[in-house]
Amino acid sequence: MSPRSDPGALSRPDDHIDSPEPSVEASVTQPKLGVVGWLRFAWRQLTSMRTALLLLLLLAIAAVPGSLVPQRSSDPNGVTQYFADNPNLAPVLDGFQMFDVYTSAWFSAVYLLLFVSLIGCIIPRTKHHFDALRARPPRTPARLARLAGYTERALPETETPDAAIDRAAADLKRAGYRVERYELRGEPSVSAERGYLRETGNLVFHSALLGVLVTVAIGGGFGFAGQRVVVEGQSFVNTLAAYDSFNPGRFFDDATLDPYKLELTDLDAVYETQNQEALGQPVDFTATVEITARDADEAVEGEVKVNHPLRAHGTDVYLLGNGYAPTITVENAEGEVVFTDAIPFLPQDANLTSIGVVKVPDGMPEQLGMIGFLYPTQTTLDSGAYASTYPDLVYPVLTLNVYAGDLGIDGGTPTSVYTLDPSTMEQLTGGDTGVDSIELMPGETQDLPNGLGTVTFEDATPEGLPNAADGDYSHSVDRFASFDIHRDPSQGWVLVFAILIIAGLLVSLFIPRRRMWVKAAKRADGTVVLEYAGLARGEDPGLDDAVGSFADRHGGAAPHVGSEASESAGDPAKPTT
Amino acid sequence: MTLDDISITLVYSAMAVYAIAFIAYAIDLARRSAAATKAADAAADAVTPVPTARAGVGTPATVGAAAAERGSASSVGGPAPTTAGPAASVRPAQDGAGRGVDGASIAYGRSPSLRVGVAMTVLAWALHLAADITRGLAAGRVPWANMYEFALTGTLVITTVYLLVLVVSKHDLRFLGTFITGLVLVLLGIATVNFYVSVVPLPPALQSAWLVIHVFVATSAVGFLALGFALSVVQLMQARRESIVASAKAAKRSFLATLPDSATLENLAYRVIIIGFILWTFTLMAGAIWAEAAWGRYWGWDTKEVWTFIIWVVYAGYIHARATRGWRGSRSAWLAIIGFSTVLFNFTVVNLFFKGLHAYSGL
Ligand code: HEM
Repeated sequence: MSPRSDPGALSRPDDHIDSPEPSVEASVTQPKLGVVGWLRFAWRQLTSMRTALLLLLLLAIAAVPGSLVPQRSSDPNGVTQYFADNPNLAPVLDGFQMFDVYTSAWFSAVYLLLFVSLIGCIIPRTKHHFDALRARPPRTPARLARLAGYTERALPETETPDAAIDRAAADLKRAGYRVERYELRGEPSVSAERGYLRETGNLVFHSALLGVLVTVAIGGGFGFAGQRVVVEGQSFVNTLAAYDSFNPGRFFDDATLDPYKLELTDLDAVYETQNQEALGQPVDFTATVEITARDADEAVEGEVKVNHPLRAHGTDVYLLGNGYAPTITVENAEGEVVFTDAIPFLPQDANLTSIGVVKVPDGMPEQLGMIGFLYPTQTTLDSGAYASTYPDLVYPVLTLNVYAGDLGIDGGTPTSVYTLDPSTMEQLTGGDTGVDSIELMPGETQDLPNGLGTVTFEDATPEGLPNAADGDYSHSVDRFASFDIHRDPSQGWVLVFAILIIAGLLVSLFIPRRRMWVKAAKRADGTVVLEYAGLARGEDPGLDDAVGSFADRHGGAAPHVGSEASESAGDPAKPTT
Repeated sequence: MTLDDISITLVYSAMAVYAIAFIAYAIDLARRSAAATKAADAAADAVTPVPTARAGVGTPATVGAAAAERGSASSVGGPAPTTAGPAASVRPAQDGAGRGVDGASIAYGRSPSLRVGVAMTVLAWALHLAADITRGLAAGRVPWANMYEFALTGTLVITTVYLLVLVVSKHDLRFLGTFITGLVLVLLGIATVNFYVSVVPLPPALQSAWLVIHVFVATSAVGFLALGFALSVVQLMQARRESIVASAKAAKRSFLATLPDSATLENLAYRVIIIGFILWTFTLMAGAIWAEAAWGRYWGWDTKEVWTFIIWVVYAGYIHARATRGWRGSRSAWLAIIGFSTVLFNFTVVNLFFKGLHAYSGL
């Protein structure tokens, strides 16, 4: 295949296997390049197939460290732990952005270079592909015998060479080929090409990759992700202030938050009770919610489950966690209620042993803090320690350690509602104090130490159901749901590009691009023979068969003539050379 | 006996039959070496009579020596092991004189042990399939929701792809049986001994139609990539043999002489790998869609996501290598091998030792 007769070759990068060997001349003249020449040279290097390949491999390697070391984006606690465990190594790794691999300068550099290379590859190829789409199929080569699937048939006696070629052209056209008639030295021929979709698919594929990158990079900036914990019976309104944590994208505008109200009416957790191998394993979590639009009076009921987010008012609501939120009431020595609230306790293990913190800032002589442990189904270990043996509420026990002093919340520094810093406080119960921890079951009240007042673990069972007083604890503690609320306007576009990627890939890998020629060739003795041959453009395992079966249809079954008597018969794909 | 017990019994039976198949295939390989040696010795005697180099192209008779065996070879029917034929027909134009006696594939004829190997593989496959189905029935869901079940179904898919390719391919690829049954046996063994868990309910995070789709497509991809890996390994060995032959040093007579040439192996490897690659692309995307539903983001560089991505990029590299001057051939084969190593790494090490969302420790 000579470079000139093959416009398709130009649409590939220089070192594409399809394209001709780079000529020696070109490389000899290279040292005399000027600045522009060097730039062009660099650009040609960058957009070459070999560079793309190396960058791809580099990208694969660069992605590895992010799976070995915890990442701030997906596992912030893991990072903290890593720093604690490896105090010397961690800062060094951090210097190399090892905890933010996928946003690091070096990782970004690799993929950005790759995508620049990709752009530099797509643009010229698209242009050449357009040209190829409009170009005539190339001139029939002088000697077909050297090409793939070459075979010949006798010219039917009733047909002129021209008529036979016309018929071939019509047949090929019907088979989806673009055809062009040629005539060289009195030998009529038809040149046909098909499978332009292959290159189209390839270009769609590569462009869609670019599409994904751009949408993720830009589109993602318009979204947000927020977390909010909601206890059964409580609600929250979709405003910035209502979120426990909120991560806006770069271009996010608070004003676009639609202030709908979401109330958690019920959180249903189902655990395995039959299968002995899996007792207590979670089987289902369903959060039933009511959503009220900004101006509406009527609430709409909805459901959020794992794997089934709720799409509401331009946001997606996910159920990412749940747990217990015991309602605790504190009265002071005068019998005034100084605190009452349902407090989310964070689960610590599969059986939902949970830890929570009660902070009573006002109404007491000193600020009061309590660290509580909730055991949904309490048991006492041999060591005397408490544990939970089942995640559901069979025998719930709450223990509280009480601290008095400064809660550290007055200074204005934000503190987590889930942690208590007892360093500035005096411990009143548990630990080394010699005073037993307070221990409560739902519906029970106990005195606080030092006559400070009382604390109650409220029975939250709704009216009408058997409650703790009846010995049924199954509804005695409220649950909370931890919702993730997101908006990602780029998501739909990413999906569209993903579909294009798959479609382009299928088309470009499975549609063969091939050329076929039929020529009425004159032999030295004056007879005319029909010659058939093909040329693969890229991977095309079926080419020989295609040429053979076309020849059979057009010129009749393969003749058993010639010297190859030994050729194994019945294999149309094989050329009868 | 519960359904799950039946399933386990079937797994062990399948493993026993795979082992028999493996032995049969191994015997076949040994016989191939012997045949290659015999053919070479005979060729040494016959080398003068072979008329011209041109005869070398399409006919098994090239290998003067093989002529003796040829009678039986072509009469076998089915996937006739006249390997020289297809190999040569791939590039009829270029080959020509280059392929001397040593370089050509040697027709190898009928092999009872090979047929036993295939028959045993089919039997093992049937038992394996039954084991997988009973496990699914016992669990009341698709049997691919934990490591043990991935391995059970994944190895089933590997065997299925192998058998499917035997039926579809124009080439006789039965020689891959040693590799395939060996791999399946090892993986199944590890899985039943180390990863077995009794049937337990699906955690909420896995209760999704995407479990059916995403995981199944992933396992299918692995089936194709495994075959591509096997072909690439043989390709490398074959290429090495060919270069030794070409440099006219004395070539060791090995079973390789009876197998397709390295270019054919490369093409075959490429074809199964692109199917695997497309399935893997789909796996990656289906995973992203599922992650969006389950975790609220479609991509978060979780360890499993990272490795899925790495595998994808390595195979994209393989495909580019095949199209890059200087990378075609052995280098691209190495990429296919690296690619499959990352697949195995992802399935074993990443699943067992890396921390991530895919650990499903509950909500
Ligand atoms: C973002 C990185 C890239 C990825 C993930 C990627 C992936 C792929 C894949 C999967 C294929 C095979 C499917 C098909 O033919 O459509 C392919 C083919 C191809 N790619 Fe890329 N590519 C990337 C970048 C590039 C770049 C930068 C170039 C140009 C230098 C390039 C040039 C080509 C060419 C010419 C083919 C056709 C190969 C053939 O004919 O077999 N690709 N690419």
